[in-house]
Amino acid sequence: MAIEVKIPTILRTYTDGSKSVEAKGDTLSALIDDLDGSHPGLKGRLITDEGALHRFVNIYVNDEDVRFTGSLETQLKDGDTVTVLPAVAGG
Amino acid sequence: MLRISRDLHDAIVAHARRDHPDEACGVVAGAEGSDAPTRFVPMLNAARSPTFYEFDSTDLLALYKEMDANDEEPVVVYHSHTATEAYPSRTDISYASEPNAHYVLVSTREPDSTEFRSFRIVDGAVTEEAVEVVDV
Repeated sequence: MAIEVKIPTILRTYTDGSKSVEAKGDTLSALIDDLDGSHPGLKGRLITDEGALHRFVNIYVNDEDVRFTGSLETQLKDGDTVTVLPAVAGG
Repeated sequence: MLRISRDLHDAIVAHARRDHPDEACGVVAGAEGSDAPTRFVPMLNAARSPTFYEFDSTDLLALYKEMDANDEEPVVVYHSHTATEAYPSRTDISYASEPNAHYVLVSTREPDSTEFRSFRIVDGAVTEEAVEVVDV
């Protein structure tokens, strides 16, 4: 089960500069664990120590922000595209 | 150093004035690797707040898809401060995640004059840079 994951500039240090990588998993949580296996350290940039999605990043499955589709429990299927983008925000 | 055309500079300032007292935000996209800002993209501040700004997450995805299709990147990421100086706040620094971008801060706290300053923010370190406004 191959899912394309688009990686933002700031996290490409974990993917040898690649803009997109493949990973697998039935849920976003499983996908991130798989990603961390091939690109160690990436998980820590997406998920907090408490196991929640980091507020500094947005993750989309196809075009849906996962905050509205079940967060880390969002179901994935073959052919989905996951996009990671840093939130653009400040004070 | 940030080199930016008079038109783009003025468009950023006008956006900041228009949204005052809420913070205004947006990007100026440019060809990837060119370091030249060319396409003005004002964004909605989803927070509609005088002390916080955030691109709406759906708008953010649309913006990045569009830039990707055009081989562009965000050369400038701008926002306004409406009651304080044009210097990155602690929150700005913690969110900054475009190492190649010029972070432009505009302050609209004075009604008659607008501060316009530019910074690099990399790994939490802020470096102010000169701004050259070019008449074209």
